[in-house]
Amino acid sequence: MSRQTVTIVSRRGFLEGIFSAGALVLASRILPQTAEAATTVDESAWHPSVYVGLEPDGRVIIVAHRSEMGTGIRTALPMVVADELEADWNRVSIQQATGNRKYGDQNTDGSTSITSFFQPMREAGATARMMLVSAAAAKWNVPASECAAKNHEILHTPSGRKFGYGELVAAAATQPVPKKDELKFKPSSEYRYIGKDIPVTDLDQILTGKAIYGIDAKAPGMVYASIERCPVIGGKLKSVDDAEARKVPGVLQTAIIDPFKPPYMFQPLGGVAVIANNTWAAMQGRKKLKPEWEFGPGASYDSAAYKDELKQATRVAGRVERNAGDVDAAFAKGAKTHEADYYVPHLAHAEMEPPTAVAQFQDGKVTAWTATQDPQQVQTTVARVLGIKSNDVTCYVTLLGGGFGRKSKPDYVAEAAVLSKQLGGKPVKVVWSREDDIRFDYFHFPAWMYLKAALDEKGRPTAWLGRSAYPPMVQGLNTPQNGYLGSMGWQDIPWDIPNIRTENGKAAAHVRIGWLRSVANIPHAFAVHSFVDELAALANRDRVEYLLDLLGPDRIVEMGRSRGRGSRPNPYALDTARTRRALETVAEQSGWAKKKSGNGTGYGIAVHRSFLSYIATVVQVEVDHGRVTIPRVDTVVDAGLVVHPDRVKAQFEGAAVFGAGIAMMSEITAENGRIAQSNFNNYMVQRIGQAPETHVTIIGTDNPPAGVGEPGVPPMAPAIANAIFAATGKRIRELPVKKQLA
Amino acid sequence: MIRLKVNGSARQFDGEPDMPLLWYLRDVIELTGTKYGCGIAQCGACTVHIDGKAARACITPMKEVAGKSVVTIEGLSVKGDHPVQRAWRELNVPQCGYCQSGQMMQAAALLKEKPKPTDKDIYDVMSGNICRCGTYQRIRAAVKLAANSRNHARPATGTADQNGGRV
Repeated sequence: MSRQTVTIVSRRGFLEGIFSAGALVLASRILPQTAEAATTVDESAWHPSVYVGLEPDGRVIIVAHRSEMGTGIRTALPMVVADELEADWNRVSIQQATGNRKYGDQNTDGSTSITSFFQPMREAGATARMMLVSAAAAKWNVPASECAAKNHEILHTPSGRKFGYGELVAAAATQPVPKKDELKFKPSSEYRYIGKDIPVTDLDQILTGKAIYGIDAKAPGMVYASIERCPVIGGKLKSVDDAEARKVPGVLQTAIIDPFKPPYMFQPLGGVAVIANNTWAAMQGRKKLKPEWEFGPGASYDSAAYKDELKQATRVAGRVERNAGDVDAAFAKGAKTHEADYYVPHLAHAEMEPPTAVAQFQDGKVTAWTATQDPQQVQTTVARVLGIKSNDVTCYVTLLGGGFGRKSKPDYVAEAAVLSKQLGGKPVKVVWSREDDIRFDYFHFPAWMYLKAALDEKGRPTAWLGRSAYPPMVQGLNTPQNGYLGSMGWQDIPWDIPNIRTENGKAAAHVRIGWLRSVANIPHAFAVHSFVDELAALANRDRVEYLLDLLGPDRIVEMGRSRGRGSRPNPYALDTARTRRALETVAEQSGWAKKKSGNGTGYGIAVHRSFLSYIATVVQVEVDHGRVTIPRVDTVVDAGLVVHPDRVKAQFEGAAVFGAGIAMMSEITAENGRIAQSNFNNYMVQRIGQAPETHVTIIGTDNPPAGVGEPGVPPMAPAIANAIFAATGKRIRELPVKKQLA
Repeated sequence: MIRLKVNGSARQFDGEPDMPLLWYLRDVIELTGTKYGCGIAQCGACTVHIDGKAARACITPMKEVAGKSVVTIEGLSVKGDHPVQRAWRELNVPQCGYCQSGQMMQAAALLKEKPKPTDKDIYDVMSGNICRCGTYQRIRAAVKLAANSRNHARPATGTADQNGGRV
């Protein structure tokens, strides 16, 4: 018997009123919370779906349970449902889900939305379609095999009779739910939406200024808060004089937010909130606060000195991640060796919409309206901070003005909830200023990487040793720990080298550390693909030819158990044939063989697999008196099956800009525990005149869909650095480039 | 009392004269299409038109817009069909979309000044508008597409502009 039930729901009783009374809703779901958990789920069980409903008026309502921050996911996943359902896209209405475990993982992070939910969405669509077919067949008293779904109708093929979907809603609700192994899917040749460039559902709202982001949310009677926080992370408030602040017109009161209890996780940092009747008044009042802080041990944090600590952590043996052959024996043979160190600094997310949330605490429950990548984490965090149950937290998800990982961390939502409780249940909007966003980010970790290779007489490595050190993400402060991110481009290298060992050293975090678009792939790819370029240069060989040689025979690279996102069991094992194909394709597309570097023009290449996708990138640079421009980028993408090609291209165009910004100019530094940067005047990001023209080619394959939001970023920094070397002979081993060429 | 026009409608404001126009638009009259991004005129997310010229609402105090006409993204066109909006739609420019109100307002002002902008014109005028999603190459293409459609549309329609001549 199937676990699924069909529920006729009341307007208020289900999905917070998304569906009307009398709608057909496929209720209940069980999906793995994480990919790691997938192995423990009974695969023979049917895990149905809460993602689709049919209204008696014929409207198909599809629930978007992942957050929209610009990837087009609010369009792409519903396209998959609509395709299997044979729904008319014009009669599809997309509704954003609140946070709820019944949807499975909602953490829109790790480039996993299509990877994890392509199949569940197909199942949802196919289930509804088959129940509609059964309902029509029963009404006509004909075999279901004589009926077919086509464009929002069920057709009885022999007689030409038709029912519209709306007419069948009541009857379909009484049909048995097909089991998972009974589901029939369309052949890909019959896809009507998958693989097509459908305008994203929010486009017109965005173009007319009507789209609602977190910062646009409002609730009746809402007040506004701006929060002064200790400039040193982990510091505590000793006292505050708020007399002048309260005199500012529009300011209503101040309120204290308690500091976090370690580990900081997603708790509020703590501080003094100024509450006002508009955002500006709150910000003005805050400037008049006179707080005194107990700074604590974080006040000695200096990122320049820390850089050397990281380097020293790579001078000793670390925790072994991957160990193939015998690296030490290979080095002991006295072969020629090459070694190099690489460094990537702290980075900030600086998403255009800073963290913002509206929350209301009423009768022991919280309602939040916010731009979040993870509404379930909002539930969990708010519940923990307020000491209530996560089921008593309702999180409505707006559009996100960028995320890049920052908005998976809902400290700002907890701040709003804490303040609303203190204010007796008034809804409170917390708006982070850009200065707050830059200074109190969950920074991308600085990373030091040491690489050493033993080389044969042809310059090909026979042994490869990699040692990395970086502080842990979202853990405790001031305690050295391992990082556990080796699976992101450090241990999972595709090269055919008999002896490989990668290690990770311990480092302590002194500010909040979090993941940023492509996470550890940023430093790892920079080091690994710069290093192989150095080896190719030593061997005086063409880069593409050298990389193809280094890939060796096509094979599946087994690395044993690995941790972290971006690593999955088969069918997502690292397939070097796909790496090779991406490399060959980008060489062809960019005209690599005919490109001549030198005299200030250079071409650089990197091929990197991350988030299960194989990406090869060629960058052209022009270097003139230390000034670097990037006229052109060629990127080849093998992300398996692609649902929305235009949005995938857009992700890689954007990743080229994001990656070039990281490579060229972005850097966060800390002195005396204070972040030295504060806004876009000193935290540098790419602007239009610096942005490359990126040519994206998608290699269409039948492989399962893989991630696209992040994997365009990692190849950029090494490809740029390699291009600069080709242009000038100068090797870039530390980012940002700007500082190195100054 | 400060009197001004917003998207063609007369408005009065008797609050703090130093309040930036941005927060008046967003918090007082609830036109939230104009976005906050930096507060110091570094990112362009808050770009509006004041008497037809692009301006950063985040550093423009209310006292400076007394007697002036302000146009926001909500008023750029009645039907969302300003040549810039059409070009942005045609090329699917937005990703997250947050900066795009400011980008489009800046682009509309650019095209008013320079109906046929060069790449350098586009870089010079649009470089104050940050997009962290990195939609720049589509913005560049869309500005040119809008320029072409405007240049063709004008003689055909015989009207000054798509939005009643405000821009």
